[in-house]
Formats: sequence, structure tokens, C-alpha cells
Amino acid sequence: MSESQSSSPQSFHRATDVERGGLVRIVFDGRTIEAYAGESVAAALLAAGIRTLRASPRADAPRGAFCWMGICQECVIVADGVRRPACRLEVRDGMVITPGTVP
Amino acid sequence: MTDETDLIVVGGGPAGVEAALAASERGLSVRLVDEAPQAGGQVYRAPPRAFGAKSQQKADRLGVALRDRLCASTVQTHFDHIVWSVSPGYRIDALGPNGAVSWRARAVIAATGAQERVVPFPGWTLPGVTGLAGATIMLKSQGMLPGGLTLVAGQGPLLLAVAMGILKAGGKLAAVVDLASQAEWLADWPAIASRPDLAWRGLSWQMALRRAGVPMLYRHAIREAEAKGDQLLVTLGPVDAGGAPIAGPEREFLVDAVTVGNGLTAATDITRLLRAGHRFEALRGGWVPERDEDFRTTLSGLYVAGDGAGIAGAAAAAIDGRLAALAVAHDLGRLSDETYQRLTMPLRRKARKAKRFGTAMAKLMALRPAQVAAIAAGTIVCRCEDVTRGEICAAVREGARGVNQVKAWTRCGMGPCQGRICGDIIGQLVTGTGNARVEAGYFTGRTPFRPLPLDELAPPIAYGDLQLPPPAPL
Repeated sequence: MSESQSSSPQSFHRATDVERGGLVRIVFDGRTIEAYAGESVAAALLAAGIRTLRASPRADAPRGAFCWMGICQECVIVADGVRRPACRLEVRDGMVITPGTVP
Repeated sequence: MTDETDLIVVGGGPAGVEAALAASERGLSVRLVDEAPQAGGQVYRAPPRAFGAKSQQKADRLGVALRDRLCASTVQTHFDHIVWSVSPGYRIDALGPNGAVSWRARAVIAATGAQERVVPFPGWTLPGVTGLAGATIMLKSQGMLPGGLTLVAGQGPLLLAVAMGILKAGGKLAAVVDLASQAEWLADWPAIASRPDLAWRGLSWQMALRRAGVPMLYRHAIREAEAKGDQLLVTLGPVDAGGAPIAGPEREFLVDAVTVGNGLTAATDITRLLRAGHRFEALRGGWVPERDEDFRTTLSGLYVAGDGAGIAGAAAAAIDGRLAALAVAHDLGRLSDETYQRLTMPLRRKARKAKRFGTAMAKLMALRPAQVAAIAAGTIVCRCEDVTRGEICAAVREGARGVNQVKAWTRCGMGPCQGRICGDIIGQLVTGTGNARVEAGYFTGRTPFRPLPLDELAPPIAYGDLQLPPPAPL
């Protein structure tokens, strides 16, 4: 898309007229993702093209962020060992995240 | 361990902040608690602190003003705190960045706002389908587009707001799909025009969308969405005034994302938990706390304000918050009857005016029962527990009475969202087969309000340290 205000990470999801925080790296399911400080984990993953965050408990169907305000719990992931809704958790450099599927 | 204030306000949106400010202006000691990092609620949500000055400047001016006034006040604020329980007396339990806290207060104002309702369709659980309110958070707070090409569907004022937000952020729109007809918007025009600023904004958005060549489909709804690789194939079709699908040409759109919403419902966690009285008001978002005109609930010391007391919009919420705070001050003996009357009179007048616009919007956002009646048997209604419409209706046929029995039999509403997403729809489905909506009831409030990591609530336990009573002799 159009020129972004920063060198990386480019994603058409990110509106270009927004001044974001510093670059951070997080790991989701083994994959390293670059994001900006202040972004929620759900938003950072969306920008990286990752929308499926867990599987539902009964039908084992893919789920991702839905309400974006911490109510529906569909975007729950495990961040550094703690289950949290990804839409209400800000990215932190070095954060290690796995899908929130309950084994 | 706990230290008591006159008042605790739960919720930092326009209602909660105005309530906290008004109470502190009357000399009450006040705490304000909210789960967000900053005040503003969903409507004036602040950009993340780590975002640069340019982004901060773009925040809604009303929100900035609200936060500035709160900062300059004596209100003790506790952001990033999730309230997970409120007990009689009143005691508030919350989990914050430094662990569990609990406070006591003589009065509580629940200003917990609203949550979005989405009428289920096959495929609404697919990643890439999000709520309209969710899309506004993505756009306004995160500066993030839901997808490259997005379809916006549902009903009410959020449709235009989200569509416009996507265009402004550089995204593309496949279509805007409105359950209402154009005539329905026009019918409410006098009430809408009572807020010329908002009416004008709505009109200019509509013109901008037309100029951008975005198809606007009225009296249409999503029939289903299907995953096609990373994209979604969405089928749309015409509906009648009640929201039921009718025969007519269906259209398909292959899109990257779908945002859809069918209005708002009041967040009533606290009043339901404390077993306050509630009444069903379809035009206020469904089940709302029973209250008098001064926002007293049926429980002494418990007040409500804002959309959590019944959907009426941000402008009405701000005034209602002030009225509720004055009622608290009066009831705690800090305002004479006379002063109370003098202070509330002009506010009540303003409230009536604000409510006119809010009511027009609430009408456009109201649930259309025939749309719910048309949900297919195989469609998931409760997302948390993957419970289908067919399973819910089978439970009703087998004799389950009311939503709580349906919950016990099918697990619908028992998952981590505690029925906040599906509750209004399940109530309508249970009603659809005979009971009146009032008989169908609402999900009983339970703690914790949100799923919480237990080890953050309590210190680690060594089982050896537990004092167990000696076993009874055999």
C-alpha cells in the first residue's frame, strides 16, 4: 500500500497516519513478529496476518478476536505462561505467546 | 486492609467520570475503577500511551477534556483494574497490575456501559468476523484496519461510523449492509436533527460513502459467511421490516474481513450479581436494572448510570452520571432536599433533550425478533461452548423453563463470556417458543465477572501450611 512512516513491519492493516511506539518483537507459536509498543497483542497479530488465536473447546473450530473489548474471551492466548485476552494485553518486547486452545 | 470511601464508581466512561466528578465536587470521597489504562470508556477510548504525540492529538476532544478534568479532580482513580466482584455492604474486589485489592464504600454507582449484540449467522464465529464496536476500537485506538476489503453489516449508527473509519484509514469497503430501510432513518429524522452536529456528521459520512462508490444495501442482512482460504465468502439477502429473510436476489462478496453488529445491550453484571430488580425494555437494550428517576436501583446504596442503566448514548450518559452522583450525595445526607432539587432541575431538562437523540438511535439498534426466529438450527449461538440454536430449542421443547434452565441443560452462556455475547439472543430464542421475554428471564449474575488467573488473586499456597481440622472418629 502507500508508504509507511516507518521502515518495518509493513502491513496493510496499519493505518499510515498513526504515530506508533517503538519497535518490539514478540513470538507467536514459534514465529517472530515485529510490532509497535502500545499495540495490543490481538492487533499486532492481525497486522502480521494472524487471526486464528485458538480453537473452540467443543467443535475445535478456529477462533479469533471478536469483541475487541475484553468481553467475549474469544481472543484468549497464553502470554508468558498466563491466559489473557489478546485484545486487552499490550505487546512487550520478548513476549512469548501460544494459542489459547485448552488441551 | 480495606479503606472506606463514600462512593465507588465502577466504569470510567462518560457516565462514570461525570458521576465521580460531580460527587467529588459535593465533597464526597470517591474512587473510580476501570479496566482500561485510561478514562473514556469505549466511546472516548484513548490511544495507547506508547503511541506518539501525533496520535494523541487525534483523540476525540470530548475524551481528552474528560480525562483532563478527572486528572484535576480529587477523585482517586484506579485504572487497569478489573472489578471481579461486588458484595453487599459495599465491598469491591478488583485485580490490578499489583495484584488483588479490595475497597469498601457506602455507595456504589455501576456505570459499566454496554456490550455489543450480534445476531448469529452461519460463519459468524470465523476469524475475520468481528463486532462493529470492536472495529471502532481497532480503528480509533489501534489505528488498525480489520482487513483490506471489508464488509460492514448490521444496524444502527455504528454502521456508518465504522464504514467511514475504514475509508479514512485507507481501507476498502465491499458494501455497507443495513437491516433498516432508508425510510426508517428518515422517520426518526426530527429526533436525529435535535443534535444538528451529529445529524450533519451522519449525512456527510453517507455522502462520502456514496462518492467513494460503496454499495449501500438497505433491508439486507448476512445469510452466511464461509472461509475461502484467508478470505470470507459472504452471502447477503433481503429481509423484511422484522428482520426475517425474504425471497429476493442474493448477492455474494469475497472479502478479507466482516464487521457486524446488531445494537448494544446494557452491561448489568453488578446489579444482576447483587440480585437487584431488572425490567425488560427492548428499546433500551433488553434487560436493564430497575431504577427510579434518580438512578437508585432497588437496593439501598446501589445506583446505575449511563448505557449500563439502559442504552441512551454518550451525551445522555454524562448527564445521568451527574444525576446519579447528586442522588448519592443527597442520600448520604450531604445535600439538603432544597439544594438537591435546585441542582438536579437543569440537569433533568438537559437529560430529556439528550435522550431524544439517544432514543432514536436505540430504536435503530433494537433487536428484530424475526431475525432471531430465522436463525438456522445448526448455527452456533453460544460461541464459548459451541451450542447451536437447535440444541437450545430442543432443551426448551423438553421442558427447560427460562434461560437459566436452558443454560444448565445445554451449557449455553456458561463459558468464559458468561452469556454477555449471547444472552439477549438466547432470551429471545426461549421466548420465541412460547414464553414471554419476561418469563424467559436473564442469566443470573455470578462472580468473577471476568476469567482471572487464580494465582494472581491469592498468594501461592503450600498445602503443608493449611490448617485442617482433625478427621471425625470412625
